[in-house]
Amino acid sequence: MSDIIDILISASFWAAVIRIASPLILATMGELICERAGVLNLGIEGIMVIGAFTGWMAVYQGMPLWGGVAVAMAAGMLFGLLHSTLTVPFGLSQHVVGLGVTLLATSTASFSYRLMLPEVTSPPKINPFPPLDLPILSDLPFLGEAIFSQTALTWAAFAVAGLVALVLYRTPLGLAVRAAGENPAAVEAQGLSVTGLRMGAVIVGSGLMAVGGAFLTLSAFSSFFFEMVNGRGWICVALVVFGAWKPGKAVLGAILFAAFDALQIRLQQTDLGALLPYQLFLAAPYVLSILALILMSRRAEVPAALMVPYNKGER
Amino acid sequence: MTQTQAEAEVVLRLDRITKAFGPVRANDAISLSLRRGEVVALLGENGAGKTTLMNILFGHYVADQGSVEVFGQSLPPGAPRAALAAGVGMVHQHFTLAGNLTVLDNITLGTEGLWARGVGRSAAKAKVGTLSRDFGLAVDTEARVGRLSVGERQRVEILKALYRDARILILDEPTAVLTPQEAEALFATLRKATARGLSVIFISHKLHEVLAIADRCVVLRHGRVVGEVDTHGTDKAKLASLMVGGELSLPSAEVRAPGPVLMQFQGVSTPDRGAVPGLKGVTLELRAGQITGLAGVSGNGQAALADLIAGLALPASGHLMLRTKAVADWSPRKALSEGVGRIPEDRHHTGSIADFDLTENAVLEAYRTPRFSRRGWMDWRAARSFAEQIIAGYDVRCPGPDTRIRLLSGGNMQKLILGRAMAPGPEIILANQPVRGLDVGAIAYVQSQLIAARDRGAAVLLISEDLDEIMGLSDVLHVLSQGRLSPAFARGSISAAELGLWMAGQGFGDARHAA
Amino acid sequence: MRLEPIADPSMARKLGFPALAIAATMAVATLLALVAGADPFATLGQIATGALGSKLAILETLNRATPLIFTGLAVAVAFRAKLWNIGAEAQLYAGAIMAVVLGTGALGSPLVLPISALAAMLAGALVLLGPVLLKTRLGVDEVVTTLLLNFIMLLFVSYLLEGPMKDPMGMGWPKSPALIPEARLPRIVDGLRLHWGFGLALIVAAAVWVIQTRTTLGFEIRAVGQNPEAARFAGMPVNAVLVKTALLSGGLAGLAGWSEVAGLKGNLSLDLSPGFGYSGIIVAMLALLHPLGVVLAALFVAGIFVGSDAMSRAAGVPTYIADMLLATALLFMVLAILMTRVRVVRG
Repeated sequence: MSDIIDILISASFWAAVIRIASPLILATMGELICERAGVLNLGIEGIMVIGAFTGWMAVYQGMPLWGGVAVAMAAGMLFGLLHSTLTVPFGLSQHVVGLGVTLLATSTASFSYRLMLPEVTSPPKINPFPPLDLPILSDLPFLGEAIFSQTALTWAAFAVAGLVALVLYRTPLGLAVRAAGENPAAVEAQGLSVTGLRMGAVIVGSGLMAVGGAFLTLSAFSSFFFEMVNGRGWICVALVVFGAWKPGKAVLGAILFAAFDALQIRLQQTDLGALLPYQLFLAAPYVLSILALILMSRRAEVPAALMVPYNKGER
Repeated sequence: MTQTQAEAEVVLRLDRITKAFGPVRANDAISLSLRRGEVVALLGENGAGKTTLMNILFGHYVADQGSVEVFGQSLPPGAPRAALAAGVGMVHQHFTLAGNLTVLDNITLGTEGLWARGVGRSAAKAKVGTLSRDFGLAVDTEARVGRLSVGERQRVEILKALYRDARILILDEPTAVLTPQEAEALFATLRKATARGLSVIFISHKLHEVLAIADRCVVLRHGRVVGEVDTHGTDKAKLASLMVGGELSLPSAEVRAPGPVLMQFQGVSTPDRGAVPGLKGVTLELRAGQITGLAGVSGNGQAALADLIAGLALPASGHLMLRTKAVADWSPRKALSEGVGRIPEDRHHTGSIADFDLTENAVLEAYRTPRFSRRGWMDWRAARSFAEQIIAGYDVRCPGPDTRIRLLSGGNMQKLILGRAMAPGPEIILANQPVRGLDVGAIAYVQSQLIAARDRGAAVLLISEDLDEIMGLSDVLHVLSQGRLSPAFARGSISAAELGLWMAGQGFGDARHAA
Repeated sequence: MRLEPIADPSMARKLGFPALAIAATMAVATLLALVAGADPFATLGQIATGALGSKLAILETLNRATPLIFTGLAVAVAFRAKLWNIGAEAQLYAGAIMAVVLGTGALGSPLVLPISALAAMLAGALVLLGPVLLKTRLGVDEVVTTLLLNFIMLLFVSYLLEGPMKDPMGMGWPKSPALIPEARLPRIVDGLRLHWGFGLALIVAAAVWVIQTRTTLGFEIRAVGQNPEAARFAGMPVNAVLVKTALLSGGLAGLAGWSEVAGLKGNLSLDLSPGFGYSGIIVAMLALLHPLGVVLAALFVAGIFVGSDAMSRAAGVPTYIADMLLATALLFMVLAILMTRVRVVRG
């Protein structure tokens, strides 16, 4: 027990929480935008992989770090275009297409990696985003290390979450996106294009997912591994449900989740870790996600038209 | 129509609109014009092409041929946005509102550029307030649409159009969901609108409404204009014969002495479902050899009552009695085995499985009986011959029992469902909106089958929104309003206007007092 | 654009669009080979000969197809009821664990094979039971829960292989002890490396087909998948049907793991399945969820995998081309199947 308290009051723990939460926040916001417009995007896992790979590869080939972010975003949007073309105007099963996109994006990353680096045995490294040194703030005791020693991409993740909330709730565009997820016929009757709104949401959302993936290679680690996303995408799908499709709650969910994840990593080093198999700790995030889904099962207000394709002919 | 109106400018002109869906010509060279300040009724049976025509006008569909002209400008096809900009506002039959958003959000949706930075809520609110006052359309702008009653939702729909400064209002079957009194309020709003120079197209198949509100009436049949009359020089009978192409007659139903009570509700209550009220202490008897009519506007507890009879739910309080015993173990399967025949409200989504063939749909309820399966093994040969029996016995027009049911017309689909429900000879029959959306021939057929069932001693519960139907067929009738059931009225003992008052919720206080 | 259903699609349409999907996949394959700097025709040829070019290659393809038939059937059965079981991978490992638990000496009788097969089905079924009960009782989406269970199950297997189930003679490798000979599936023909798991897969596929078309359960599964509301109204116990579907689906996936351990590998390790559970989704979709189609689709998918491995060794095009081609084929095929039923019209 005292182990846990020691961990919880250490600044490095909270720094890790925010670091772990950042890619989850980015990808969760991406998924949230898609689902708010009425499209479940199960391509998220693969899109995070392709984001991690393309972002890293761009930087490895000499682009600046932000250039890598942009490349990752563009790659994600490309897969978002594929997903939304199949699921929105053609109205194909969002489950099947999503899994297909995940498989395609993941294998594209693996294929390209092997093709571009056929000989490497240990993954090459790049220079990732450095911690942003903020005047005064970074020198504060505790908070300086816990909060103000993060990279620019972390700050961007939180800014994105704020922006998503702002657009969704305070602009005509956000209203239209939410309406598309509630009742597409209402959107159509007001002269707006359901297809345009939904495709746009999926494309932008996929871009964010890819940046979430790129966070792993450009900020958290400095190399690309095949298994590095490792179910984070699916966890983000669960986080959207946990956050009741609201950006603020989803961010809190991501932080809560990251706190448990950071805790389990640290607990492995304690006496408790010696006592229990390490797999139990590694499984904690997945178990936690399932518990979150169960907890929210009856409460959340699902967008009414989520997963319901819209075809103008079937009025 | 006054002289000035006749000479008023033409605000809308539809010219030879033609639209085919596959082999069906939904609209065949339809022309129509609308003048300033005028109400034109578009009259026709279900399937006559009214809604298709309006969807073309509004840009939901693109016509194969023909053109639309609004205020002298031709309208680009397939662009609702252009129709809206030209001043056309449409109130759809199935409301196009997002339930989880507020009234104001629904009204302002799409009215500002998507890339505008914010929503001018206070200005919007003020404008909606003015419109509400001017046109008599009271609503709470901050309420969630999902919590509003049907009448309130319709007001929001009209406000949506007025907010966009619509000069032409199209209302698709606007009174289908309203009580007669609410419909009267709607007419008052429309008169205020025309007085301000708006023009209205009013789609309906109810003759008395058309005569009450319209200046002119265009009658459609099978996608064609078959007549255009000034409503001041015509009457119901003339319109009716134009509409159906012949004399209209309801099946005759002679009164008989009712038999014993087969099913009984004793003080039954069910929980509310969101904005839709559950049943509130309903007591009801269904007697053998009697058609009991249930009048009322949809969404007043009919679904809850139908679910109880169909076996989908049990009362939260009170008792549901089958003959003399209260039911406890109740399910659709149990209801079927107890001799309840069910015709559900929604034949497409509840009554049938679209991609199953007629054979599979025919045995959907009875597949577990020894006739069609033994020890878990289906006897498809028996199932197929059963389907053939229904097809022959109930005049289901189709290529054969292997046809997927989605390819059938509504009438033929309903005949199969009817045949399936009648085959075991049910003693109690639930007929929930059995003829909604059917053509005249199918309506007469379904109604005559219900009468035949009554004549052989079945207890029939007929739920309908159509007062003419329910007053014509029922031996006794009740009104359901806000989940409360009116006392029983014998055939001919109550007028449509009085029923309307009950539908609007008046009279229930007295009833409780009397009881 | 708008999609308009076609009442009675022509045969040309029914065959043309799927053919187009296959052609488009071939085009993508050509493109990928060119990107990799290889001769596209040679690459395709090497995939084909790698899969079918020799007795050894064909046997390898059949062996690879065996677990895919089982997982493909598992997915097809579940998807038929619109039960989105994405967790065949976890259910496969559950079956594999049972094969090891019962096959390493705990049972010595000649009945060990049928008993461990039943136990494997039961284990797979139980793994899916949790998510389906969460779905029917609480409305929790089964896609995410079954996906997450895959990760949890792999960690559980990893724990078993490093702990209670570790092979003491394994020289530190995380693998289980070998099965006793009585617990191994015999070969179909002496001397040919093809075990009875393949024969069983064919029999099971036929059995599933019979269940779907001839039994009341099959009728219920199809009805619940097509329209749960109508099924419920007609008196079908929708939730019970979903649970039964889940037990069948999970059981089939459990057999995949059992057959791999008892037939091919002889022990359990973490690389038992290179994603057979996920590939099962592709198999099922390519088969249009038809149980007999699953056999053909599994052979096709296995051929692509085996052929790509061989081609990769020879031509240097990364073997991940197989996954890319299968994902492409899946997406093209679902689009093609839609296009056999609808036409795209203006407005």
